[in-house]
Amino acid sequence: MNGVHDLGGMQGFGPVQPESESEEPVFHEEWEARVYGIVRLIGRLGLWNLDMSRHSREKLPPADYLAYSYYEKWFAALQEQLVESGLVSEQELQTGTMSAPITKSIAERVVGTEEIHAMPFMVTSYLRPAPALPRFRPGDRVRALNRHPGGHTREPRYVRGHIGTVHDHYGAQVYPDLSANGVDEGRHLYCVRFDATELWGESADVNSVVYVDLWEDYMEPAP
Amino acid sequence: MAHDHHHDHTEPPSDIELRVKALESLLVEKGLVDPEALDALIDMYEDKIGPSNGKRVVARAWADDEFKRWLLEDPDAAIASMGYVGSQGEQVRVLENTDDVHNLVVCTLCSCYPWPLLGLPPVWYKSSPYRAQAVADPRGVMQQFGSEVGKEKEVRVWDSTSEMRYLVLPQRPPNTQGWSEEQLLDLVTRNSMIGVEDARRPAATATA
Repeated sequence: MNGVHDLGGMQGFGPVQPESESEEPVFHEEWEARVYGIVRLIGRLGLWNLDMSRHSREKLPPADYLAYSYYEKWFAALQEQLVESGLVSEQELQTGTMSAPITKSIAERVVGTEEIHAMPFMVTSYLRPAPALPRFRPGDRVRALNRHPGGHTREPRYVRGHIGTVHDHYGAQVYPDLSANGVDEGRHLYCVRFDATELWGESADVNSVVYVDLWEDYMEPAP
Repeated sequence: MAHDHHHDHTEPPSDIELRVKALESLLVEKGLVDPEALDALIDMYEDKIGPSNGKRVVARAWADDEFKRWLLEDPDAAIASMGYVGSQGEQVRVLENTDDVHNLVVCTLCSCYPWPLLGLPPVWYKSSPYRAQAVADPRGVMQQFGSEVGKEKEVRVWDSTSEMRYLVLPQRPPNTQGWSEEQLLDLVTRNSMIGVEDARRPAATATA
Protein backbone atom coordinates (compact mmCIF):
# COMPACT_ATOMS: atom_id res chain seq x y z
CA MET A 1 0.00 0.00 0.00
CA ASN A 2 1.08 3.55 -0.64
CA GLY A 3 1.29 4.32 3.06
CA VAL A 4 3.28 6.84 5.06
CA HIS A 5 5.56 4.01 6.19
CA ASP A 6 7.11 4.10 2.70
CA LEU A 7 9.39 6.96 3.66
CA GLY A 8 12.34 6.71 1.27
CA GLY A 9 13.03 10.07 -0.36
CA MET A 10 10.37 12.04 1.53
CA GLN A 11 11.37 15.45 2.79
CA GLY A 12 10.58 17.77 5.65
CA PHE A 13 11.15 15.46 8.61
CA GLY A 14 14.03 17.52 9.94
CA PRO A 15 17.43 16.38 11.18
CA VAL A 16 18.20 12.83 12.30
CA GLN A 17 19.14 13.73 15.89
CA PRO A 18 21.15 10.69 16.95
CA GLU A 19 21.72 9.97 20.62
CA SER A 20 25.24 9.22 21.79
CA GLU A 21 26.04 5.61 20.97
CA SER A 22 27.63 4.95 24.35
CA GLU A 23 24.72 6.40 26.31
CA GLU A 24 21.58 5.34 24.46
CA PRO A 25 19.74 2.59 26.35
CA VAL A 26 18.28 -0.40 24.50
CA PHE A 27 14.86 0.63 25.80
CA HIS A 28 14.11 4.17 26.89
CA GLU A 29 11.14 3.22 29.08
CA GLU A 30 10.19 0.06 30.91
CA TRP A 31 6.95 -0.23 28.91
CA GLU A 32 8.91 -0.29 25.63
CA ALA A 33 10.78 -3.36 26.84
CA ARG A 34 7.50 -5.01 27.84
CA VAL A 35 5.95 -4.29 24.42
CA TYR A 36 8.99 -5.67 22.61
CA GLY A 37 9.02 -8.83 24.72
CA ILE A 38 5.27 -9.40 24.48
CA VAL A 39 5.33 -9.03 20.68
CA ARG A 40 8.15 -11.59 20.42
CA LEU A 41 6.49 -14.08 22.78
CA ILE A 42 3.04 -13.80 21.23
CA GLY A 43 4.64 -13.98 17.78
CA ARG A 44 6.02 -17.41 18.68
CA LEU A 45 2.48 -18.77 18.91
CA GLY A 46 2.59 -18.82 15.12
CA LEU A 47 -0.77 -17.13 14.51
CA TRP A 48 0.78 -14.57 12.22
CA ASN A 49 4.05 -14.05 10.37
CA LEU A 50 6.53 -11.21 10.01
CA ASP A 51 4.85 -9.71 6.94
CA MET A 52 1.48 -9.69 8.68
CA SER A 53 3.04 -7.83 11.61
CA ARG A 54 4.66 -5.33 9.28
CA HIS A 55 1.40 -4.81 7.44
CA SER A 56 -0.56 -4.31 10.65
CA ARG A 57 1.82 -1.43 11.51
CA GLU A 58 1.58 0.00 8.00
CA LYS A 59 -2.20 0.01 8.27
CA LEU A 60 -2.21 2.30 11.30
CA PRO A 61 -3.90 5.63 10.47
CA PRO A 62 -1.22 7.74 8.72
CA ALA A 63 -1.36 10.56 11.27
CA ASP A 64 -0.93 8.05 14.12
CA TYR A 65 1.90 6.27 12.31
CA LEU A 66 3.89 9.48 12.11
CA ALA A 67 3.01 10.70 15.61
CA TYR A 68 3.63 7.44 17.48
CA SER A 69 7.02 6.46 18.80
CA TYR A 70 8.39 3.16 17.52
CA TYR A 71 7.05 0.96 20.30
CA GLU A 72 3.74 2.81 20.36
CA LYS A 73 3.33 1.59 16.77
CA TRP A 74 4.18 -1.94 17.88
CA PHE A 75 1.69 -1.72 20.75
CA ALA A 76 -1.14 -0.38 18.60
CA ALA A 77 -0.58 -3.01 15.91
CA LEU A 78 -0.28 -5.80 18.50
CA GLN A 79 -3.72 -4.98 19.91
CA GLU A 80 -5.21 -5.11 16.40
CA GLN A 81 -3.56 -8.47 15.78
CA LEU A 82 -4.67 -9.92 19.11
CA VAL A 83 -8.30 -9.10 18.36
CA GLU A 84 -8.17 -10.07 14.66
CA SER A 85 -6.65 -13.44 15.51
CA GLY A 86 -9.23 -14.06 18.24
CA LEU A 87 -6.57 -14.48 20.95
CA VAL A 88 -8.14 -11.60 22.87
CA SER A 89 -11.66 -10.25 22.50
CA GLU A 90 -12.50 -6.58 22.08
CA GLN A 91 -14.28 -6.79 25.44
CA GLU A 92 -11.22 -8.25 27.19
CA LEU A 93 -9.11 -5.49 25.73
CA GLN A 94 -11.54 -2.84 26.99
CA THR A 95 -12.00 -4.27 30.49
CA GLY A 96 -8.55 -5.78 30.99
CA THR A 97 -10.22 -8.89 32.43
CA MET A 98 -10.31 -12.37 30.97
CA SER A 99 -13.71 -13.52 29.75
CA ALA A 100 -12.72 -16.59 27.75
CA PRO A 101 -9.83 -19.02 28.28
CA ILE A 102 -7.40 -19.90 25.50
CA THR A 103 -7.56 -23.19 23.66
CA LYS A 104 -5.40 -26.16 24.57
CA SER A 105 -3.53 -26.02 21.28
CA ILE A 106 -2.57 -22.39 21.91
CA ALA A 107 -1.65 -23.09 25.54
CA GLU A 108 0.76 -25.80 24.39
CA ARG A 109 2.64 -23.27 22.28
CA VAL A 110 3.14 -20.61 24.95
CA VAL A 111 6.85 -19.89 25.40
CA GLY A 112 8.09 -20.90 28.84
CA THR A 113 11.23 -20.08 30.77
CA GLU A 114 12.90 -23.35 29.76
CA GLU A 115 13.09 -22.36 26.08
CA ILE A 116 13.45 -18.60 26.47
CA HIS A 117 17.25 -18.56 26.51
CA ALA A 118 17.33 -20.29 23.14
CA MET A 119 14.81 -17.95 21.56
CA PRO A 120 17.11 -15.16 20.35
CA PHE A 121 19.28 -17.79 18.65
CA MET A 122 16.47 -19.53 16.79
CA VAL A 123 16.67 -19.08 13.05
CA THR A 124 13.92 -18.92 10.48
CA SER A 125 14.51 -19.95 6.90
CA TYR A 126 13.10 -17.59 4.30
CA LEU A 127 14.23 -19.74 1.37
CA ARG A 128 11.49 -21.51 -0.56
CA PRO A 129 11.32 -23.79 -3.59
CA ALA A 130 11.58 -21.74 -6.76
CA PRO A 131 8.39 -21.63 -8.84
CA ALA A 132 10.48 -21.44 -12.03
CA LEU A 133 14.01 -20.72 -13.18
CA PRO A 134 15.20 -17.22 -12.35
CA ARG A 135 14.24 -14.73 -15.03
CA PHE A 136 17.19 -12.41 -14.37
CA ARG A 137 20.91 -12.68 -13.82
CA PRO A 138 23.47 -10.33 -12.31
CA GLY A 139 24.27 -7.65 -14.86
CA ASP A 140 20.77 -7.60 -16.41
CA ARG A 141 19.08 -4.24 -16.78
CA VAL A 142 15.65 -4.26 -15.18
CA ARG A 143 12.83 -1.83 -14.58
CA ALA A 144 11.02 -1.82 -11.25
CA LEU A 145 7.37 -2.11 -12.14
CA ASN A 146 5.08 0.86 -11.65
CA ARG A 147 2.62 -0.98 -9.43
CA HIS A 148 0.50 0.24 -6.53
CA PRO A 149 -0.97 -2.76 -4.71
CA GLY A 150 -3.40 -1.93 -1.93
CA GLY A 151 -1.98 -4.64 0.32
CA HIS A 152 1.48 -5.27 1.71
CA THR A 153 4.45 -4.91 -0.61
CA ARG A 154 8.18 -4.38 -0.20
CA GLU A 155 8.69 -2.49 -3.44
CA PRO A 156 9.33 1.06 -2.23
CA ARG A 157 7.68 3.85 -4.19
CA TYR A 158 10.94 5.61 -4.95
CA VAL A 159 12.16 2.82 -7.26
CA ARG A 160 8.92 2.23 -9.16
CA GLY A 161 9.28 2.85 -12.88
CA HIS A 162 13.05 3.22 -12.58
CA ILE A 163 15.79 1.24 -14.29
CA GLY A 164 18.55 -0.52 -12.43
CA THR A 165 21.04 -3.35 -12.81
CA VAL A 166 20.79 -6.72 -11.09
CA HIS A 167 23.68 -6.96 -8.64
CA ASP A 168 22.93 -10.32 -6.99
CA HIS A 169 20.43 -13.16 -6.90
CA TYR A 170 19.51 -14.41 -3.42
CA GLY A 171 17.52 -17.47 -4.46
CA ALA A 172 13.78 -17.88 -4.05
CA GLN A 173 12.49 -16.42 -0.81
CA VAL A 174 9.15 -15.87 0.92
CA TYR A 175 7.16 -13.39 -1.17
CA PRO A 176 5.90 -10.65 1.18
CA ASP A 177 2.93 -9.58 -0.93
CA LEU A 178 1.38 -13.05 -0.51
CA SER A 179 2.87 -13.83 2.88
CA ALA A 180 1.01 -10.89 4.43
CA ASN A 181 -2.19 -12.69 3.39
CA GLY A 182 -1.02 -15.95 4.91
CA VAL A 183 0.09 -17.50 1.60
CA ASP A 184 3.60 -18.90 1.89
CA GLU A 185 5.22 -18.99 -1.55
CA GLY A 186 8.68 -18.30 -2.88
CA ARG A 187 9.72 -15.86 -5.59
CA HIS A 188 13.23 -15.15 -6.83
CA LEU A 189 14.82 -12.33 -4.87
CA TYR A 190 17.42 -10.00 -6.37
CA CYS A 191 19.51 -7.12 -5.19
CA VAL A 192 19.21 -4.30 -7.75
CA ARG A 193 21.53 -1.33 -8.07
CA PHE A 194 20.09 2.05 -9.06
CA ASP A 195 22.13 5.13 -9.92
CA ALA A 196 21.11 8.03 -7.71
CA THR A 197 20.50 10.23 -10.77
CA GLU A 198 18.03 7.66 -12.13
CA LEU A 199 16.06 7.92 -8.88
CA TRP A 200 16.48 11.55 -7.89
CA GLY A 201 17.38 13.39 -11.09
CA GLU A 202 19.17 16.67 -10.65
CA SER A 203 18.74 16.51 -6.88
CA ALA A 204 20.82 13.32 -6.61
CA ASP A 205 23.75 13.18 -4.24
CA VAL A 206 26.93 13.08 -6.35
CA ASN A 207 28.54 9.72 -6.94
CA SER A 208 25.99 7.67 -5.04
CA VAL A 209 23.95 4.56 -5.77
CA VAL A 210 21.13 2.73 -4.02
CA TYR A 211 20.82 -1.04 -3.69
CA VAL A 212 17.32 -2.39 -3.13
CA ASP A 213 16.24 -6.01 -2.69
CA LEU A 214 13.40 -6.71 -5.11
CA TRP A 215 11.37 -9.85 -5.79
CA GLU A 216 10.98 -11.01 -9.38
CA ASP A 217 7.31 -9.99 -9.51
CA TYR A 218 8.40 -6.38 -8.97
CA MET A 219 10.59 -6.31 -12.10
CA GLU A 220 10.57 -6.48 -15.87
CA PRO A 221 13.43 -6.58 -18.38
CA ALA A 222 14.63 -3.14 -19.44
CA PRO A 223 16.19 -2.26 -22.80
CA MET B 1 15.59 -2.68 34.66
CA ALA B 2 18.40 -0.22 34.63
CA HIS B 3 16.65 2.48 32.65
CA ASP B 4 13.90 3.75 34.91
CA HIS B 5 16.14 6.49 36.31
CA HIS B 6 13.97 9.34 35.03
CA HIS B 7 10.79 7.98 36.59
CA ASP B 8 10.14 10.52 39.29
CA HIS B 9 8.09 8.99 42.07
CA THR B 10 5.81 12.00 42.25
CA GLU B 11 5.09 11.82 38.55
CA PRO B 12 1.99 9.81 37.60
CA PRO B 13 2.60 6.99 35.12
CA SER B 14 1.92 7.89 31.52
CA ASP B 15 -1.16 6.66 29.73
CA ILE B 16 0.86 4.31 27.53
CA GLU B 17 2.58 2.84 30.56
CA LEU B 18 -0.78 2.01 32.16
CA ARG B 19 -2.19 0.59 28.95
CA VAL B 20 0.82 -1.67 28.43
CA LYS B 21 0.59 -2.84 32.04
CA ALA B 22 -3.10 -3.60 31.59
CA LEU B 23 -2.46 -5.62 28.45
CA GLU B 24 0.42 -7.51 30.04
CA SER B 25 -1.77 -8.42 33.05
CA LEU B 26 -4.51 -9.64 30.73
CA LEU B 27 -2.11 -11.76 28.68
CA VAL B 28 -0.57 -13.21 31.83
CA GLU B 29 -4.04 -13.96 33.25
CA LYS B 30 -4.96 -15.73 30.01
CA GLY B 31 -1.76 -17.74 30.14
CA LEU B 32 -0.47 -16.34 26.85
CA VAL B 33 2.59 -14.71 28.39
CA ASP B 34 4.81 -16.19 31.06
CA PRO B 35 6.06 -13.17 33.03
CA GLU B 36 9.37 -14.83 33.92
CA ALA B 37 9.99 -15.67 30.28
CA LEU B 38 9.19 -12.07 29.39
CA ASP B 39 11.70 -10.74 31.93
CA ALA B 40 14.36 -13.17 30.70
CA LEU B 41 13.87 -12.27 27.04
CA ILE B 42 14.13 -8.55 27.76
CA ASP B 43 17.29 -9.10 29.81
CA MET B 44 18.90 -10.93 26.93
CA TYR B 45 18.32 -8.08 24.50
CA GLU B 46 19.47 -5.54 27.06
CA ASP B 47 22.63 -7.33 28.09
CA LYS B 48 23.70 -10.12 25.75
CA ILE B 49 22.69 -9.37 22.19
CA GLY B 50 24.25 -6.10 21.22
CA PRO B 51 26.81 -4.40 19.00
CA SER B 52 29.71 -6.00 20.87
CA ASN B 53 29.06 -9.08 18.70
CA GLY B 54 29.44 -7.15 15.46
CA LYS B 55 32.50 -5.38 16.85
CA ARG B 56 34.21 -8.75 17.40
CA VAL B 57 33.48 -9.74 13.81
CA VAL B 58 34.95 -6.51 12.46
CA ALA B 59 38.02 -6.56 14.71
CA ARG B 60 38.76 -10.13 13.65
CA ALA B 61 38.38 -9.21 9.98
CA TRP B 62 40.82 -6.32 10.46
CA ALA B 63 43.34 -8.52 12.26
CA ASP B 64 43.05 -11.66 10.15
CA ASP B 65 43.05 -11.43 6.33
CA GLU B 66 41.93 -14.99 5.87
CA PHE B 67 38.93 -14.48 8.12
CA LYS B 68 38.13 -11.27 6.25
CA ARG B 69 38.10 -13.10 2.91
CA TRP B 70 35.83 -15.76 4.39
CA LEU B 71 33.55 -13.10 5.89
CA LEU B 72 33.12 -11.36 2.54
CA GLU B 73 32.71 -14.55 0.52
CA ASP B 74 30.54 -16.60 2.88
CA PRO B 75 29.37 -14.22 5.61
CA ASP B 76 26.80 -16.56 7.15
CA ALA B 77 29.37 -19.30 7.70
CA ALA B 78 32.04 -16.94 8.99
CA ILE B 79 29.61 -15.25 11.38
CA ALA B 80 28.17 -18.60 12.52
CA SER B 81 31.70 -19.73 13.38
CA MET B 82 31.69 -16.99 16.03
CA GLY B 83 28.24 -17.99 17.28
CA TYR B 84 26.33 -14.87 16.28
CA VAL B 85 23.39 -16.54 14.61
CA GLY B 86 19.77 -15.91 15.41
CA SER B 87 16.54 -14.17 14.73
CA GLN B 88 16.84 -11.28 12.23
CA GLY B 89 20.36 -12.30 11.28
CA GLU B 90 19.79 -15.44 9.25
CA GLN B 91 21.10 -14.10 5.93
CA VAL B 92 23.81 -11.49 6.19
CA ARG B 93 25.86 -9.72 3.55
CA VAL B 94 28.99 -7.85 4.61
CA LEU B 95 29.74 -4.61 2.77
CA GLU B 96 33.39 -3.62 2.74
CA ASN B 97 34.33 0.04 2.89
CA THR B 98 37.44 0.85 0.84
CA ASP B 99 39.32 3.88 -0.40
CA ASP B 100 36.80 4.05 -3.26
CA VAL B 101 33.53 2.92 -1.68
CA HIS B 102 31.54 3.86 1.42
CA ASN B 103 28.47 1.80 2.41
CA LEU B 104 25.45 2.90 4.40
CA VAL B 105 22.49 0.76 5.54
CA VAL B 106 18.86 1.83 6.03
CA CYS B 107 15.42 0.27 6.11
CA THR B 108 13.09 2.80 4.48
CA LEU B 109 9.95 0.67 4.97
CA CYS B 110 10.34 -0.33 8.63
CA SER B 111 13.34 -1.11 10.84
CA CYS B 112 15.18 -4.19 9.49
CA TYR B 113 18.52 -4.57 11.23
CA PRO B 114 20.91 -7.48 12.00
CA TRP B 115 19.91 -8.14 15.63
CA PRO B 116 22.40 -10.94 16.42
CA LEU B 117 25.28 -8.68 15.35
CA LEU B 118 24.16 -5.22 16.41
CA GLY B 119 21.35 -5.78 18.91
CA LEU B 120 18.13 -3.82 18.59
CA PRO B 121 18.38 -0.69 16.47
CA PRO B 122 18.82 2.78 17.99
CA VAL B 123 15.88 5.18 17.90
CA TRP B 124 17.37 7.32 15.13
CA TYR B 125 17.71 4.31 12.79
CA LYS B 126 13.96 3.66 13.12
CA SER B 127 13.01 7.33 12.88
CA SER B 128 11.27 9.02 9.97
CA PRO B 129 14.09 11.52 9.30
CA TYR B 130 16.70 8.79 8.80
CA ARG B 131 14.47 6.48 6.80
CA ALA B 132 13.38 9.35 4.55
CA GLN B 133 16.74 10.98 3.93
CA ALA B 134 19.28 8.15 3.78
CA VAL B 135 18.42 6.91 0.27
CA ALA B 136 18.22 10.36 -1.33
CA ASP B 137 20.88 12.31 0.54
CA PRO B 138 23.32 9.91 2.20
CA ARG B 139 26.11 12.47 2.51
CA GLY B 140 23.67 14.88 4.15
CA VAL B 141 22.76 12.19 6.68
CA MET B 142 26.38 11.41 7.44
CA GLN B 143 27.12 15.09 8.01
CA GLN B 144 24.61 14.96 10.88
CA PHE B 145 26.89 12.35 12.45
CA GLY B 146 29.91 14.56 11.86
CA SER B 147 31.12 12.41 8.93
CA GLU B 148 32.35 13.68 5.59
CA VAL B 149 32.72 11.42 2.58
CA GLY B 150 34.55 12.96 -0.35
CA LYS B 151 32.92 13.19 -3.77
CA GLU B 152 35.58 10.89 -5.21
CA LYS B 153 34.20 8.01 -3.14
CA GLU B 154 31.10 6.16 -4.32
CA VAL B 155 28.47 6.09 -1.60
CA ARG B 156 26.37 2.92 -1.71
CA VAL B 157 23.12 2.96 0.21
CA TRP B 158 21.58 -0.44 0.98
CA ASP B 159 17.83 -0.41 1.59
CA SER B 160 16.93 -3.52 3.61
CA THR B 161 13.64 -4.34 1.92
CA SER B 162 13.96 -8.14 2.24
CA GLU B 163 15.08 -10.64 4.89
CA MET B 164 18.70 -10.10 3.87
CA ARG B 165 20.57 -8.15 6.53
CA TYR B 166 23.53 -5.90 5.84
CA LEU B 167 26.61 -5.21 7.96
CA VAL B 168 29.20 -2.61 7.00
CA LEU B 169 32.84 -3.59 7.41
CA PRO B 170 34.42 -0.21 8.14
CA GLN B 171 37.94 0.59 6.98
CA ARG B 172 40.65 -0.25 9.45
CA PRO B 173 41.83 3.07 10.88
CA PRO B 174 45.30 4.31 9.95
CA ASN B 175 48.21 4.02 12.40
CA THR B 176 47.07 0.67 13.78
CA GLN B 177 49.77 -1.54 12.27
CA GLY B 178 50.61 -4.40 14.57
CA TRP B 179 47.57 -3.87 16.80
CA SER B 180 46.01 -6.97 18.27
CA GLU B 181 42.39 -7.93 17.74
CA GLU B 182 41.63 -6.86 21.31
CA GLN B 183 43.17 -3.42 20.76
CA LEU B 184 41.32 -2.97 17.48
CA LEU B 185 38.04 -3.84 19.15
CA ASP B 186 37.93 -0.45 20.87
CA LEU B 187 37.98 1.33 17.53
CA VAL B 188 34.86 -0.36 16.15
CA THR B 189 31.64 1.52 16.78
CA ARG B 190 28.07 0.45 16.18
CA ASN B 191 27.52 3.48 13.95
CA SER B 192 30.49 2.51 11.79
CA MET B 193 28.84 -0.88 11.18
CA ILE B 194 25.67 0.88 9.98
CA GLY B 195 27.85 3.17 7.89
CA VAL B 196 26.93 6.61 9.22
CA GLU B 197 30.45 7.04 10.58
CA ASP B 198 33.95 5.72 10.04
CA ALA B 199 35.60 3.63 12.72
CA ARG B 200 37.22 5.53 15.57
CA ARG B 201 40.75 6.76 15.02
CA PRO B 202 43.36 5.80 17.60
CA ALA B 203 44.21 8.54 20.07
CA ALA B 204 47.59 10.08 19.24
CA THR B 205 49.15 8.73 22.43
CA ALA B 206 47.85 5.22 21.82
CA THR B 207 49.47 4.64 18.43
CA ALA B 208 51.70 1.62 18.19
